[in-house]
Amino acid sequence: MIAYIVRRALYAVPILIGVNLLTFWLFFVVNTPDDMARLQLGVRRVTAEAVEKWKAERGYDKPKYYNGGAQGLGRVTDTIFFEKSVRLFAFDFGNADDGRSIRHEILTRMWPSLALQLPVFIVGLAVNITFALLMAFFRATYLDFWGVVLCVAMMSISGLFYIIGGQYLFSKVWNLIPISGYAGGWDAAKFVILPVAVGVVSGIGSGSRWYRTIFLEEMGKDYVRTARAKGLAETAVMFEHVLKNGMIPILTGAVVVIPTLFMGALIAESFFGIPGLGSYTIDAIQAQDFSVVRSMVFLGSVLYIFGLLLTDISYTLVDPRVRLE
Amino acid sequence: MRGALTTAILLACGLAGCGRVWNDPYPAEDRGKNILYSAFTDRPKHLDPAQSYTSDEYDVIQQIYEPPFQYHYLKRPYQLIAATATEVPRPKYYNASGQPLSADADANRVAYSEYDIRIREGIRYQPHPAFAKDDKGEPLYLSLSEKEIASKYRLSDFPRTGTRELTAEDYVYEIKRLAHPRVVSPIYGHMADYIVGLKELGDWLKRDNDTMMAEHRKRFGPADKGAPWIDLRTYEISGVRAVDRYTYRVRVRGKYPQFLYWLAMPFFAPMPWEADKFYSQRGMNEGRNFTLDWYPVGTGAYMLAENDPNARMILEVNPNFRGELYPSEGEPGDAKEGLLALAGQRVPFVERIVFTREKESIPYWNKFLQGYYDSAGIASDNFDQAVRLNLEGEATLTPEMEERGIRLRTSVATSTFYLAFNFKDALVGGSSERAKKLRQALSIAIDWEEFISIFANGRGIAGMGPLPPGIFGYRDDAAGYNPVVYDWVDGKPQRKPVSAAKKLLAEAGYPDGRDARTGQPLVLYLDTVGRGPDDAARLSWYARQFAKIDVQLEVRATDWNRFQEKIRSGNTQMFFLGWNADYPDPENFMFLLYGPNGNQDGENKSRYASPVFDRLFDEMKNMENGPRRQAIIDQMVKIAREDAPWIWGFHPKDYTLSHSWVKSGKPNKMARNTLKYVRVDPALRERKRAEWNRPVEWPLVAIMLVLIAASAPAYLSYRRREKRAGRDIRTSAAASA
Repeated sequence: MIAYIVRRALYAVPILIGVNLLTFWLFFVVNTPDDMARLQLGVRRVTAEAVEKWKAERGYDKPKYYNGGAQGLGRVTDTIFFEKSVRLFAFDFGNADDGRSIRHEILTRMWPSLALQLPVFIVGLAVNITFALLMAFFRATYLDFWGVVLCVAMMSISGLFYIIGGQYLFSKVWNLIPISGYAGGWDAAKFVILPVAVGVVSGIGSGSRWYRTIFLEEMGKDYVRTARAKGLAETAVMFEHVLKNGMIPILTGAVVVIPTLFMGALIAESFFGIPGLGSYTIDAIQAQDFSVVRSMVFLGSVLYIFGLLLTDISYTLVDPRVRLE
Repeated sequence: MRGALTTAILLACGLAGCGRVWNDPYPAEDRGKNILYSAFTDRPKHLDPAQSYTSDEYDVIQQIYEPPFQYHYLKRPYQLIAATATEVPRPKYYNASGQPLSADADANRVAYSEYDIRIREGIRYQPHPAFAKDDKGEPLYLSLSEKEIASKYRLSDFPRTGTRELTAEDYVYEIKRLAHPRVVSPIYGHMADYIVGLKELGDWLKRDNDTMMAEHRKRFGPADKGAPWIDLRTYEISGVRAVDRYTYRVRVRGKYPQFLYWLAMPFFAPMPWEADKFYSQRGMNEGRNFTLDWYPVGTGAYMLAENDPNARMILEVNPNFRGELYPSEGEPGDAKEGLLALAGQRVPFVERIVFTREKESIPYWNKFLQGYYDSAGIASDNFDQAVRLNLEGEATLTPEMEERGIRLRTSVATSTFYLAFNFKDALVGGSSERAKKLRQALSIAIDWEEFISIFANGRGIAGMGPLPPGIFGYRDDAAGYNPVVYDWVDGKPQRKPVSAAKKLLAEAGYPDGRDARTGQPLVLYLDTVGRGPDDAARLSWYARQFAKIDVQLEVRATDWNRFQEKIRSGNTQMFFLGWNADYPDPENFMFLLYGPNGNQDGENKSRYASPVFDRLFDEMKNMENGPRRQAIIDQMVKIAREDAPWIWGFHPKDYTLSHSWVKSGKPNKMARNTLKYVRVDPALRERKRAEWNRPVEWPLVAIMLVLIAASAPAYLSYRRREKRAGRDIRTSAAASA
């Protein structure tokens, strides 16, 4: 397994270089270093000299990909792309375009993101699986029918509606929970309970329908018929056989997102005032802060690759037939 | 079921701390304390006074940094008064040979102006580790090793703090920082034109910095992110020097009366060299944000106690604040409004200011209504809930707001928003009669009163020229209306009819919106950044206004960068822009139309050029306010109205709501250091919060019941199925037997 993990880690390097190159290219197709400087400096009384000074101070005064004026290896290394990218592989994110440490931001903001996303993930998974099992258990009955109707209805409603509706009812009308904000430690609980509930409820529709399909497929297999023929109770059939065998497709979708939980939720963080990495990324895109954008894309890619690796490993845990070689 | 209900209620109580209110977003220990609660939307980019230039940044740093002057809190028109200085000095003038000139010397004879600024003795900085000293009196934290810094993550990790007296050298140091090669100050280019020696200092520092950085990279490697400290005390600047411990002198080129206003901005706040050196130590910015941009050091009424711009920023009262008294004079009406009730009392009144980040308007507004913010603006979505307009068009509060004791204050911003023509454009630009009449026709056709009513909920006044109210030279009487666009009817201006616009259009050579020579329809192009659904209605409205006189409007929407680039390069025909005053002087608006500023980096974005206007501007800019200056401004405004390089848009009105527990709080469009004058009644706030936020508990019970009710059919069905299965088995077994 170790050899497999090492091989997968090595595969990740060209993928990350490709992601980095693509991010760089896409960003600079839309923005020039001059644009970035002017956005940071504002629009009042900004001189060309100030723009040049800003670029020089942050290393944006160099050629993007190839420096014809440099000698030897410097032709490649003395460029914006190389200077801004190579450090990422050592997880040295440098400073944002406003001069502030990206590492500091990531370390500070990942915890609020995690405080929101981890409960949404765990509770959401539990609720979705339970609801899906119930629908599968009562398949072809009115309970299953109305369950599916409810899921489709919930899927059809915009996520923003749940947020605004939740804030309106629980915070404004009933005064039960703060409408927005965040605090560290255990005080975070009162701020995240509503966004977590909203995150779970808004995901029930699609999640439960997907898992129901998986379970129904499993229930039609021979081993389930055998289990029933043995006289097992239906609950035992569902929880001990169907659920276990349905875990592979569930893990495929679930484990891969575990590492990316750090990256936060984009809309929910903005509406609930949670200072996580999701809102950091949105702010950076709006401010055309390339340093932050490339760092977040890189981090997201690394975590996603790590998630895929975890998924592979998790297969071996739930299915003894799977071996990583 | 009862157990489940009890659990739910206990859980909710536990989460809410079982306090009187459950939805309080602030820590329980802060209840009843003398704190001002406010919000911000965009995180400040810079807190370094040499770099900050936006209002959201000034909301924070102007409470911390103190330039020598400030604006009087209550008086209007805006009046400059001393802050840390003993008085506002009058400049001394000198000719090219260095001979002194009289105070009313002609601007053409003045080669230099000198400002001697004397600061008060005994002013002390806020407590800060940069000033900490050991038992021998040596600086404690100014020569730290990287290893020592590595264990520090917050400023409070430095156990000792110190302070020292403010001196004139600190002001000189900050002026030098404007030219620092690693500090990108937005006003450096502008100030280098005026402050004698600043440009030369910038060049000198750049050369030295290049040498220092080369040595640094040789020592630490090319990838090293650190940079050695540049001790600005060792650099001289010919036009700025400390005369004695408490007096410094600034020499500027020519006559530049507006320089005093610049001296009221944070760019000219004092900077102690210790702070600069403290933050420049190697390792300070390695993932810790120990920079001047993050942790300001000032003498103001407040100091930054917590800087988490993603969530909140907290200002605590500066224990070393010099002390200032609430003003005892104001403009007429202030006493009646209770704004002088605190006269003569020491400021600041509140002990702490909590700025919470609210990115979305819905939670911001609702938290204000719940009493968790002391003041708020009004977003368009909430306007109808908060304000209604009476028959006279005056804004009053809705009964809901009045019932809560909320107070509304309105003020016209010292800003102007305008639709500019590119004066270099072959069709709409230039001084020809044809182009002028076309611009005038469009000026009449675009009904800004309607725009304000539809898109700003009536919050604004239509522009009559470049100057907004509150700026010297603006006239709000019969002499102030724009006769090109309005008629004076029944004692007020009335927009000319569309027929007048059509007549002008025909005179311009476009009868019925067609070119008389070619018969082709007249198509004009508006460059804009607005492309979202909210902008669609506005752009459609523009098109309808142009269509009133049969002119076709093509909207060229683009992103912000391309839009700016188009304006810089002059590759545009019409565009919408705005300007907010730097200082309350007509020069700060008229310069937007000054010909020499019509270059790529200049602020005359329309590239308007009128030799007469420019000559009058040169004369007016150096004058003191008075009848003569007013007469020249009147002439300039008349020329601009006739030439119509802009369609004079509107000046927005700011509506601010504040709760009954907020005392004072007069809007001041020039100063942002006014939080020290605000007082709150925390006991009243607590009572109101408790009254407005009583938790409604029954929904928790209802939700539990619904969940139970929803799962009951499943449970019953399951039981039925299990029983049936058993019976079926027993029945089949009996049958077999």
